[in-house]
Amino acid sequence: MSKLERIKVVELPAEQNLRPLLHEIGHALRKLADRGEEHVIDLRAMPFGPGDEAALMRFLGEGEASGRVDALGETRIRESRFPGVWLIDHYNEDGGRIALQIEITRMPSILRTPPEELQDSLAGFGLALKERETN
Amino acid sequence: MSDHNTLGEILRERGVSRRGFLKFCTATASMMALPPTMTMAVAEALEKAPRPSVIWLSFQECTGCTESLTRSHAPTIESLIFDHVSLDYHHTLQAASGDAAEAAREEAMHAHHGKYLLVVDGSIPLGDPGFSTIAGISNLDMLKETAEGAAAIIAVGTCAAFGGLPHAAPNPTGAVSVSDIIKDKPIVNVSGCPPIPSVITGVLAHFLTFGGLPELDQYGRPMVFFGQSIHDRCYRRPFYDKGLFAETFDDEGARKGWCLYRLGCKGPMTYNACATMKWNQGTSWPIESGHGCLGCSEPDFWDAGGFYKALSIPTSDLAGAIGTGLGVGAAVGIAAGAMAHKKKTDAEHEREPLTVEQLEGES
Repeated sequence: MSKLERIKVVELPAEQNLRPLLHEIGHALRKLADRGEEHVIDLRAMPFGPGDEAALMRFLGEGEASGRVDALGETRIRESRFPGVWLIDHYNEDGGRIALQIEITRMPSILRTPPEELQDSLAGFGLALKERETN
Repeated sequence: MSDHNTLGEILRERGVSRRGFLKFCTATASMMALPPTMTMAVAEALEKAPRPSVIWLSFQECTGCTESLTRSHAPTIESLIFDHVSLDYHHTLQAASGDAAEAAREEAMHAHHGKYLLVVDGSIPLGDPGFSTIAGISNLDMLKETAEGAAAIIAVGTCAAFGGLPHAAPNPTGAVSVSDIIKDKPIVNVSGCPPIPSVITGVLAHFLTFGGLPELDQYGRPMVFFGQSIHDRCYRRPFYDKGLFAETFDDEGARKGWCLYRLGCKGPMTYNACATMKWNQGTSWPIESGHGCLGCSEPDFWDAGGFYKALSIPTSDLAGAIGTGLGVGAAVGIAAGAMAHKKKTDAEHEREPLTVEQLEGES
């Protein structure tokens, strides 16, 4: 064991940095419930200290819905134990995180089919169907 | 790949789906410190963004800035943005050398006159042209010649932005910054020793997205990344507000993650994005690792009075007074809180904040 490995790594307790973020989520959830207004929070812009992100995850917990998108690397989508509060975790093709967001919405935007791809989808489907019926 | 391709076309050619493109734009908006609501505006602009020519000049530097950018994890949003620009000249990265390298620079200058982006790292020696030359051309001549046809200049790193380490006393080479020489071009200073890779590419992304340079602060740095001090965004700030400081690197305060102000942290006078963007894939940053900020994105940080010398010290032992108060009960603790607040306010009045200029005068 090297000297470096003998140094104990201590995770410091989360401080007050989490409190304003939780209140922002609460306000956004109220707007979604009352007016259907959606909100996105970029966690990269938060001055998180050691333990803050883990404390946030513990607070949000896991809900009943989750998903995954494979586009320029993996994106993991998970609804928290509070319906309407989603965690969107973007990774690159090497598994490095490139963005982490909280979406307060009924359906995260990345799960919706982009309208720009519908025409290509229709053409591709037509072609595949024609090919199937020809053979 | 055609020089006329837009970023949207390039990504589609690579088989990137619309979802992938929007994810790229989400990360780019995040990298540019834009609110998430700007993602669609970024997507619309990047879809049509042309491929700009970039000439990168390296003068009196250590290559740390290039290392910061190119050694970041790959493939990343940084590398996608970096791949998108047509990097026509870069001493360290280009395969060509000698006359062929200089010919590439001249060709890019003529072909894209008035449109290319000039990136500079390193300071420029004015003392003697022989201190730093490339292909027999002095740094000063090469900068002037290349800047003439540039649309804008990005001074990457504290050396190019403010003179940096070569400029440190006694400045033997007479090192100066880009903006000390070039006065008639838009210049953005991306300072740091080195700068955070995402900040370098964030400025490139801003140029690609909006066709211009971002809003700048008094030192010519982009406000989105340098608009707030390290101190104001530091996760240890609540300890500063409570008067809880580490006094040595191995005391109880250090172990509990208290404020590093008294150990010479330059966070209060330093403007940079380390506290939120962090380093090494967002793993950590100096203060999270237990060391004070060196202030490397500020002018003359090397001569700012010593890395372990506090900017100013309160005249009484605030932390000790708080500890005693809390030790004898809650009621006294509340009184101690009020006392601490008064002591802190008094201490603030008694402090004599020092400027970098004053610190320089002391040494």
